Amino acid sequence: MSPLALIGPPSATFTPSEVSYLSILPMLIVAGAALIGVLVEAFAPRAARFTAQFAVAMLGLLAAFAVIAMRAPAMIGVTLSGAVVVDGPALVFQGMVLLMGAAGLALMAERFGGRGPDAFTPSGSSVPGSQAEGLAERLGTTTEVFPLTMFALLGMMLFPASGDLLTMFVALEVLSMPLYVLTALARRRRLLSQEAALKYFLLGSFSSAFFLFGAALLYGYAGSLNLGEIGRAVGTVSGRGGLLAAGALLLFVGLLFKVGAVPFHSWTPDVYQGAPTPVTGFMAACTKVAAFGALLRLVYVGLAGSRWDWELVLWIVAGLTMVVGSVLSVSQTDIKRLLAYSSVAHAGFILVGLLAIDRAGIAAVTFYLASYGFATIAAFGIVLLVRARGSEATHISQWAGLGRRAPVLAAGMGLLLMGFAGIPLTSGFTAKFAVFAAAVAHAGAAGVVLTVIGVLSSAVTAYVYFRIVVLMFFSEPGGAPVDVLRPSAGGATAIGVGLLTTVVLGVFPAPLLALAASASQFLW
Amino acid sequence: MSLMNYVYLAIVLFAIGAATVLVRRNAIIVFMGIELMLNAVNLAFVTFARMNGSLDGQAVALFVMVVAAAEVVVGLAIIMTIHRSRRSASVDDANLLKL
Repeated sequence: MSPLALIGPPSATFTPSEVSYLSILPMLIVAGAALIGVLVEAFAPRAARFTAQFAVAMLGLLAAFAVIAMRAPAMIGVTLSGAVVVDGPALVFQGMVLLMGAAGLALMAERFGGRGPDAFTPSGSSVPGSQAEGLAERLGTTTEVFPLTMFALLGMMLFPASGDLLTMFVALEVLSMPLYVLTALARRRRLLSQEAALKYFLLGSFSSAFFLFGAALLYGYAGSLNLGEIGRAVGTVSGRGGLLAAGALLLFVGLLFKVGAVPFHSWTPDVYQGAPTPVTGFMAACTKVAAFGALLRLVYVGLAGSRWDWELVLWIVAGLTMVVGSVLSVSQTDIKRLLAYSSVAHAGFILVGLLAIDRAGIAAVTFYLASYGFATIAAFGIVLLVRARGSEATHISQWAGLGRRAPVLAAGMGLLLMGFAGIPLTSGFTAKFAVFAAAVAHAGAAGVVLTVIGVLSSAVTAYVYFRIVVLMFFSEPGGAPVDVLRPSAGGATAIGVGLLTTVVLGVFPAPLLALAASASQFLW
Repeated sequence: MSLMNYVYLAIVLFAIGAATVLVRRNAIIVFMGIELMLNAVNLAFVTFARMNGSLDGQAVALFVMVVAAAEVVVGLAIIMTIHRSRRSASVDDANLLKL
């Protein structure tokens, strides 16, 4: 067969693919805001840049969210020849990413009412401690983080809405690359920050290469990259079963890396500790939401029919993630590393809900991500406020006696930790109940085993969180004095939203559960 | 010659790239291993496109090249800054972040 025969005769008419602009309008708004941010960075005078950047980014996020909130039913549909699928789960995940992104952005803009610098270095390329760094420090602009965040958010919105594996890969890279750069931009402890960025970058691109090879094998199996086509090919294509199983497992490597599941979690503590604290909060919440959205679509649309090939592996991964995440968090002495291991354990709990392979599982995962995401941003926001000699006091011994020095802040942190532990009347309890109930009802014996492991792991993490609460309220303050800064209005709002969701989703979970359940039907 | 041979070659190249990432210490060499993995994927995509008689795989190969180029920009920037502040691009020397 000649190459021309393969391509076919040149067709006389070129038919462009149908684009439903309303469906992709939120993504277009965020992309536009990111591009305007780049222009502002290039042309706006130095003094006006911070205000302009923050306004452009925040307005973009709120406008995109307003479009979703008001026009959601009309937006649902498959567009761009199946490359982008906007359905119930995609819209809910996009909405969550936008709101959490706005909260993360407010923390990134935190300057304590002009009394302190923000968390970012003015010159990421300078050598720490050099003259160039000193010069940049005096000029002092750190506004490039806003467009970078917006580009990351664009990728995070596209990730759960991607209808084929190519779009999913491009979204994965669009969300990852700005995060690699953001990780390297900490103002204090710059060597740690650069090292974290190097680790994140090398391991991240390593894992996306695995994702891509998995996509190639599935393309070889099904003859199409479209997730719906792959789902239909399962069971009808014969003699290529090896390609399907291997491709599915390699795709899972790429996505499980992004959610930080064991055995692909080793980057999580290092990157969470080294990255600037607002970026850590943003990354912990939004990346997890986006990656679980993509994982849900991949599993439920593309691979549900071949679950016998990979189910056992994911059960083991989920169990290991819960156990390793909770056990290793016991021995941590750095609050950011502790929250990192706790996020690993949370990824395990969410995986249990995902493995229900049922609509109840989708709703439970959505609810869990909403309750976990806002609380995590608030927790890192509080870490940002506790300082010793100008930089963050991240060693947990420095948090001793914080309840006496700053009772409101310590009480807020205590509430968030109760939420993470899953104490009744907090969002964490409802969320854990939802994922475990879905697993027990729909995943058979494996669901029961995973639920038992999950409850035991929760008990271990509860010990870790209570230890910090006891340290804050019932021990004497340690040697070096710790300052607690007052957040500005934006930062206080971001922390307040986290506290509010922890309480409200715990006491009145029904509205969000109903919304998550009604928006749990995937299209393809 | 069977087209499957190209797939086997892609798998071998991918494995060599992955081994390079795991074994070598210099961040630049590690990064070259990742690039080799991406190119192995390209070969697999183009071969499968030929086997399936569809053009999707060739389009993917173009996308992967663009993404790999963008990755080089970000990656080399990070490796450069770390090399300038430490005078070393070894991934084993970067060990401040530990338990």
